[in-house]
Amino acid sequence: MHSFSRDFALAALFWLLLMTQYCSGAEPNSQFLDGLVLLSAQSFTEKEKGIELIGASQDPLAARTLQSLLDGKLFYTSKDNILVYGESEGANYAISDFLSGESLGLVKKRNLEKITINNTLRSTLKTTIALINLQHPDDTVRLAAVNAVLSDINPELLEILAGCYQTEKNEQVRDALSVALAIGGLRQQDTAKRLEALQSVRGDVHPVIKNEIQALIDRETDAIVIKAAKSTLTAIEGKIAWFARLETLFFGLSLGSVLVLAAIGLAITFGVIGVINMAHGELIMLGAYTTYVLQQLMPDSIGLALALSVPAAFGVSGLAGILIERSVIRFLYGRPLETLLATFGISLVLQQTVRSIFSPLNRSVATPDWMSGSITINPILSLTSNRVTIFFFAMLVFGALFLLLKKSSLGLNVRAVAQNRAMARAMGIRAARVDALTFGLGSGIAGIAGVALSQLTNVGPNLGQAYIIDSFMVVVFGGVGNLWGTLLGGLSLGVANKFLEPWSGAVLAKIIILVFIILFIQKRPQGLFPQKGRAAE
Amino acid sequence: MASLQTLHPLFNRDEVFEFLKPDIPPSLDLSRGIILYLEDISVSFDGFKAINDLNLYIKDGELRCIIGPNGAGKTTMMDIITGKTRPDKGSAWFGQSINLLKLDEPEIALAGIGRKFQKPTVFENHTVHDNLELALAGNKKVLPTLKARLRSEQQDYIGETLLLIGLGDRPYSPAGSLSHGQKQWLEIGMLLMQRPKLLLIDEPAAGMTHQEMERTTELLTNLAGEHSVVVVEHDMDFIRTIARTVTVLHQGSVLAEGSMAEIQNNQKVIEVYLGG
Amino acid sequence: MSSVRLLYNDKPGMVMLVLLAAAAVLVPLCNLGFPDGHLLHISTFTMTLVGKYLCYGLLAVSVDLVWGYLGILSLGHGAFFALGGYAMGMYLMRQIGDRGVYGNPLLPDFMVFLNWQDLPWFWHGFDYFFFALLMVILVPAALAFAFGWFAFRSRVTGVYLSIITQAMTYALLLAFFRNEMGFGGNNGLTDFKDILGFPLQSDVTKAGLFVASATALALGYLCCRFITGSKLGRVCTAIRDQEPRVRFLGYRVENIKLFVFTFSAVLAGIAGALYVPQVGIINPTEFSPLNSIEIVIWVAVGGRGTLYGAVAGALVVNYAKSYLTAAFPDAWLFGLGALFILVTIFLPRGISGGMTGLFRKRQEIN
Ligand SMILES: Nc1ncnc2c1ncn2[C@@H]1O[C@H](COP(=O)(O)OP(=O)(O)O)[C@@H](O)[C@H]1O
Ligand SMILES: [Mg+2]
Repeated sequence: MHSFSRDFALAALFWLLLMTQYCSGAEPNSQFLDGLVLLSAQSFTEKEKGIELIGASQDPLAARTLQSLLDGKLFYTSKDNILVYGESEGANYAISDFLSGESLGLVKKRNLEKITINNTLRSTLKTTIALINLQHPDDTVRLAAVNAVLSDINPELLEILAGCYQTEKNEQVRDALSVALAIGGLRQQDTAKRLEALQSVRGDVHPVIKNEIQALIDRETDAIVIKAAKSTLTAIEGKIAWFARLETLFFGLSLGSVLVLAAIGLAITFGVIGVINMAHGELIMLGAYTTYVLQQLMPDSIGLALALSVPAAFGVSGLAGILIERSVIRFLYGRPLETLLATFGISLVLQQTVRSIFSPLNRSVATPDWMSGSITINPILSLTSNRVTIFFFAMLVFGALFLLLKKSSLGLNVRAVAQNRAMARAMGIRAARVDALTFGLGSGIAGIAGVALSQLTNVGPNLGQAYIIDSFMVVVFGGVGNLWGTLLGGLSLGVANKFLEPWSGAVLAKIIILVFIILFIQKRPQGLFPQKGRAAE
Repeated sequence: MASLQTLHPLFNRDEVFEFLKPDIPPSLDLSRGIILYLEDISVSFDGFKAINDLNLYIKDGELRCIIGPNGAGKTTMMDIITGKTRPDKGSAWFGQSINLLKLDEPEIALAGIGRKFQKPTVFENHTVHDNLELALAGNKKVLPTLKARLRSEQQDYIGETLLLIGLGDRPYSPAGSLSHGQKQWLEIGMLLMQRPKLLLIDEPAAGMTHQEMERTTELLTNLAGEHSVVVVEHDMDFIRTIARTVTVLHQGSVLAEGSMAEIQNNQKVIEVYLGG
Repeated sequence: MSSVRLLYNDKPGMVMLVLLAAAAVLVPLCNLGFPDGHLLHISTFTMTLVGKYLCYGLLAVSVDLVWGYLGILSLGHGAFFALGGYAMGMYLMRQIGDRGVYGNPLLPDFMVFLNWQDLPWFWHGFDYFFFALLMVILVPAALAFAFGWFAFRSRVTGVYLSIITQAMTYALLLAFFRNEMGFGGNNGLTDFKDILGFPLQSDVTKAGLFVASATALALGYLCCRFITGSKLGRVCTAIRDQEPRVRFLGYRVENIKLFVFTFSAVLAGIAGALYVPQVGIINPTEFSPLNSIEIVIWVAVGGRGTLYGAVAGALVVNYAKSYLTAAFPDAWLFGLGALFILVTIFLPRGISGGMTGLFRKRQEIN
C-alpha cells in the first residue's frame, strides 16, 4: 500500500515534469504521456501497461521511445527526474532531453537511473514497435518492421500481420509479410493449420523459412506433420540448390564474358594475320590504365569518365597495337615463333614502362553508382550490377565486331587477306594497310577489355599477364579465326571454371581447365570450330 | 560366359593398346597380279565432291598415266592412297592384304608406296646426298636411325642414283640451291632410294625444259617394270612418249580408260579435255 | 671413330669443351689453393655464380636441341628444370634430418608447420641419393613423355605447341604454389644442410658442385652433338623444315620427336638438380612462364641450331642479367625486352650465326 502511494506520488510529479518538457513540441498526447509515466514505475506490469499505452498512442515519438527503451538508452536523471536519452561515452553518459532533444552534456553514471526491462518486456517492446512501424507510411520502415519480428511471431502478432497483408500495397513488403505469415502458420497449435502452412511455403527459398521448418521438424510430435515438413524441406533445399547453380552459372558467364572480351582481340589478330601477340595482355593493361587516368582527371564525374574510357582505351591500345605492328611484327611475317618471342619482349617493355610511370602498386578504379550494388532476384540470389553490365557490354562489343567484320569493307578486306594474302594483294588490296588496321582493331578491343576489367579487379602492371594464357586457351579452344568459336569457347570455359571451383577450389579448377584444354587441343588441334579446306594447312 | 567373351579382347593386348600393335604391316600379297585397288572412293571438302565414286585398279609392274583437267582430283587421289586424306567412303587396298585406310603415312610409305609431290618438296637445308640418305630404305625406327651408319653398298647405291638423276657432280650442294628441274629429279631419286613397290608421281614434267623432260621420260621408263608406276601429267607429248594405259579423270571419277589412241578418239574425253 | 670426326668438324664445340675442362680444373684450384686476397684467388661467390651459369648452359643446350634441331619452340622447359631441381631439393631436405627449426626427425619443417603427421608417400625414398638421382631423370622424362605422347601424336605443332607447353608450366606453377601439394608451397624447399655428407656451405663442396656442373655440361653437350651428328639428327632437321614430307619417307615423326623431347627434358632436369644445391633453394617461381621463355632468349641470343651458341648465350645473357639487376635494377626488364625484339629482328641466327655468317662471307671473297 505504502509503496503504491509513493509510486503514485512520484508518478504525479513525473507527469507534471513531462508536461513541461513536452510543451515545447506539438499538442501533448495524454495517452503517450501516461505511458511514459508508467515506464518510470518499479513494477514490470506497470511498465508493460505503459508500453501498451505508448504503442496505442499514435504519437510520432512513440516508436523512437520504445526503441530507445529496448536499446537500454532511456534514463531519468537522479537529481531532477528528467527523462533523458543517454549514449555511453567511456565511464560517462552523453545525455539529451528526451522530448526536446536538447543536449544536456556529460554526466556520471551514478547520476542517472536507467529504466530497466526484462525479457517479457523486451518481447512486448519488439512486437509493439513492429506494430507501430507496420503502419508507417515509409515502405522501407514497414519492410524492416516485418523482418524485425520474423524471429518471434506469436498468434496475436500473426493476426495483425494478416491484417496488414490484406491492405499492403508494396510488393516487397507483401513478400516479407507472406514469409512472416508462413512462419506464424508453422507455429499454429492446430495441426491442420500447420500442414496448410507447410503446403503454402513449398518452394519458398527464404532462409528464415528453411530454419523454421528445420526447427519444426525438431520440436514436432505429430508424425504426419514431420513427414510433410521433411518433404517440404527437401523441396526447398532442391530449389535452393537450383538457385545456387543459377548463381554459379551467372558467375561463370560473367567470367566467361571477361574471357571473351580479353580473347576476342587476340582471335582477330591471330586468326587474320596468323601471329600470336604475346603483348596482348599488356594492351589490356593499357586500357585499364587509361580508365584509371581518366578517372584521376575527372574525379567528380566517375560515370562519365568510365564512358569516355571506352573510346579512349580503344584509341590508346589500338595505336599502341599499330605501332607494334609497324615497328616489329611486319618484319617477322611468316616466322610465327619469332613473332611470339619479339612480342613477348614488347610485353616486358610495356610492363616495365607502366611500372616506372605508375609505380608497381595496384591502383583501384572507382565504380560509378549505376554499376555498383546488385539486382536482387530472390532472398538467396542477387546479381552484382557491375558483372551484369560487363556481360552485356561484352556481348555488345562482340556484336559490333561481328557486324564490322561481316558487313564493312574493312571486314571484307580482312577476310580476303586472311584467306589468301598473295591473291588479295593481287586484287589490289593493300595487305600491309589491312594488317596494320586489323592489328589496331584487335589491340583496341584489348583496350576495351581493360576498361571492363578495371571494374572487376585492381589495375596493376601484371594485370595483362593474368589473362594472356587464358585468352590463348579460349582462342585455341574455340578454333582460330572463328569469332563464334571464341564466344562459345570463352563462355563455356568461364562456366566450367566456376562450376569446378566449389568442388575443387579455385587453383585446382584452373589447373583442371588447363589440362583439359591441353588434352583437347591434342584431340582436336583445330579447336571446336576448325577452319576447313586447304587454308587450314 | 558372355562376360568372358567381352573380356576376350583384353587378353589380346595388341587389340586393347594401340601402341602394342606390331609395327610391320602384313606383307604385300600380289597373288592376283593387281597392286592397287581403289573402290567407290568419295571425298568431299566443305560439301564439294573432289572425288566421286572413284574406281581404279593398277596392275603389278604397270606404268599408268592419269590425265584430267585441273581440279579433276588427281592429287587428291594420291593424297588418299598415301594416307594424307581420309576418304568419306570406299576402300583402298594395296595388294590383297594391306588395307590402306587403316594405315597412316609412314606405315604406307614403309609398306612400299612412294610419292613425288606436285610441288617438289626436298629438304632444302640438307645436301643432295643427305636427301637421298634420308630416303634410303631401311629400319626407320628411332634408335636404329640414331645408330645408322652407311654401309658401303648403300653408299654405292646413293652414288648410282646420283648419277642416274644427273646430280653426280654436286652431291654436297644444299638441295635448296638446285634448279626446279633438278629438284624434281632429286625427288624421284629419293623415291628410288625408298625402293617402293608402287610409285605415285605427280606432274613430274611441270616447269621443265624439253631436254629436262626427255631425261625425265628416260628415268620413268627405266622405273617401270621393276616397279608399278602411276604418273599424273598434263603434257600430252610427255604422255604419248611413256604411256601404255591412260586413265582420264574428270570431276572426281574415271571418265575413260584405255590406250593413248583409244583415249584420243573417245568422244567424251574430247569434249571435256582434249577438245575443250 | 666417327664420333671423333664429329668433334673434329665441330671446332667451336671443341674450343668450348677445352675451355670447360680448363675451368673445371682451374676455378676450384684458384678458389681452394690460393688464400683470400691473393691475385689468383677466385672467390667462392664467383665460383658458385659461374657454376650456376653452367647449369643454365646445360638447360640452354637442352632447349636448343628441340628448338634449333627439331623446330619445337618449348616455352615450358623451365618445368623440367624445376622438376629436376625439386627432386634434388627433396633429397637435400631429407638430409636435414632433425636439424630443422622444429627438430622433427621425421618431417621437414614445412610439414610440421602444416601439422602433418606422416610423410606423404611421394617423399619416400628420397633419403637415398641414388633414388633422388633416378627421380631427377625419371620425373622430367615422364612428364615430357606423357606430354609429347599426346601432343606429337595429334600433330600439334608451331605456335599451338608453344602455347600449350607454356600452359603446362603455368599449370605446374599454380599446382606447386599450393601447400597441399606437399612441396613447401610458395616457400619451396630450402635451408639445406649437406649433400652426401658434405656440408653445402663449405668451399670444397662448392668446388665439387662446380666440377660436377662443368662435367654435366660437357657430357650433355657431347650427347646432343652425337644425336645431331647422327642420321637421326638429319631426320630431326628434316622434320624441322618439312615435317609432312618426312612422314612420307616412312619415319614415325611423333616417335622421333618424343625421343628427342624426352631426352632434352632429362638434360633440363639434370641441370636443375645441379642448380639447386648451388643456389640453396628451389621454389615454384622456377615454373613461371617468364623463366622458360628467358631460356629461349638465351638460345636465340647465342644462335640456335648450334648447341655451343646456346651455351654462349646462356653465359652472356645471365652475366648481363647479374650485372644489370645489381647496377640498374629497373633497367633489366627493359634490357631483356629489348633483347627479345632486337635479336629476333636483327640477329635471327644469334651471335654464333652472325659470326659464322661473317666467316663464310670472308671465305667466299677469298
Ligand atoms: N584439303 C582440301 N580442302 C579443300 N579443297 C580441296 C582440298 N584438297 C583438294 N581440294 C579441292 O579438290 C579439287 C581437286 O583438287 P586436286 O586433287 O588438287 O586436283 P588436280 O586434279 O588438279 O590435282 C580441287 O577443286 C581442290 O580445290
Ligand atoms: Mg594436282
